[in-house]
Amino acid sequence: MIVSLTLILLCQLLGEVVARGLGWPLPGPVLGMLFLLVVLILRDRIRAKIPEFGRALDSTGKGLLAHLSLLFIPASVGVVQRLDVVAEYGVSLAIALVASTFVTLVVTVVTFVVVSRLSGSSMEEGERRD
Amino acid sequence: MTDPAFSLWVYLSQTPLLWLVVTLGAYVIADRISLAFKRHPLFNPVLISVAAVALVLWSTGTSYPVYFEGAKFVHFLLGPATVALAIPLYENRHIVLRSIVPMVVALVVGSVTAIVSAVVIAQLLGIPNLILISLAPKSVTAPVGMGITETLGGDPSLTAILIMLTGVIGSIMVTPLMNALRMKDWRARGFAVGLASHGIGTARAFQVNSLAGTFAGIAMGLNALVTALLLPLVLRLLLD
Repeated sequence: MIVSLTLILLCQLLGEVVARGLGWPLPGPVLGMLFLLVVLILRDRIRAKIPEFGRALDSTGKGLLAHLSLLFIPASVGVVQRLDVVAEYGVSLAIALVASTFVTLVVTVVTFVVVSRLSGSSMEEGERRD
Repeated sequence: MTDPAFSLWVYLSQTPLLWLVVTLGAYVIADRISLAFKRHPLFNPVLISVAAVALVLWSTGTSYPVYFEGAKFVHFLLGPATVALAIPLYENRHIVLRSIVPMVVALVVGSVTAIVSAVVIAQLLGIPNLILISLAPKSVTAPVGMGITETLGGDPSLTAILIMLTGVIGSIMVTPLMNALRMKDWRARGFAVGLASHGIGTARAFQVNSLAGTFAGIAMGLNALVTALLLPLVLRLLLD
């Protein structure tokens, strides 16, 4: 578990270094996700030499993701305490957020499904792959 | 003056331990409530725990910086958790690769919709331009959204609030909305909520279905990139 955690943090660190260093608009952890993806792709090859490599990575990562909601609490609490900032336009902003989120969800899901059908990569009717 | 219970409180309220336990405790209870209601969207664990913690802080007169001393250990894990999204992504790589075309199109269309719909609706409601700038990146993950707002001269803390609210709104709305639209494709459902409601939406998607969670994570990451690139252009067209 310690090895997996180190590997994950190392990817995050690399992500931060590259994102900050090159001034990219992406957050370090998102770039770190790409680095971990590369690690995972290379994993099977590395395992031929070091059989232990990245064995606990899946369980450690899934452990972190299982309670993703928990991780948003500290920042959200800070935000709730500053709700006075939105007070002046509270109702209008609430309408804009709800309506825009609704429209975005519908447009995105419909686009995905329609393009998916047109491009022949549909996955409906309970079709499963590997 | 030497009330032992009071001095214990004074001691504990200044240590990270107490606020770490309060954060985890609130989440454990909220998660149980959410499970008891079969993950009903209205019993959103983030919403319940945030309300509970805020109530505790308010009733004990605890300031946010004191609370965050303890809660920062939980907050820190957001970074590694984002990195760990690569694991379900790799596991589902065949499905993901097969879905590249719908993903790219839905990404661009959804990203522009998220910005334009928010700004236009708020404009019609008479909200001034300065606030529109802070509203525009509301669907993007918080660090990127706040960065965008800062660059464009808006108010990053207002953006943080609007981003959090969008996350909660999307994760409450997504399940009933997708069921009403009879959407059965978990890739599409997850992708939509990750794009519209970033990490909080992704957390919701993982609760419902792991394939949906995977696509939500991809959408969150890609939308951060696309919004950072497109938003200045779109905003220039809308605000002039």
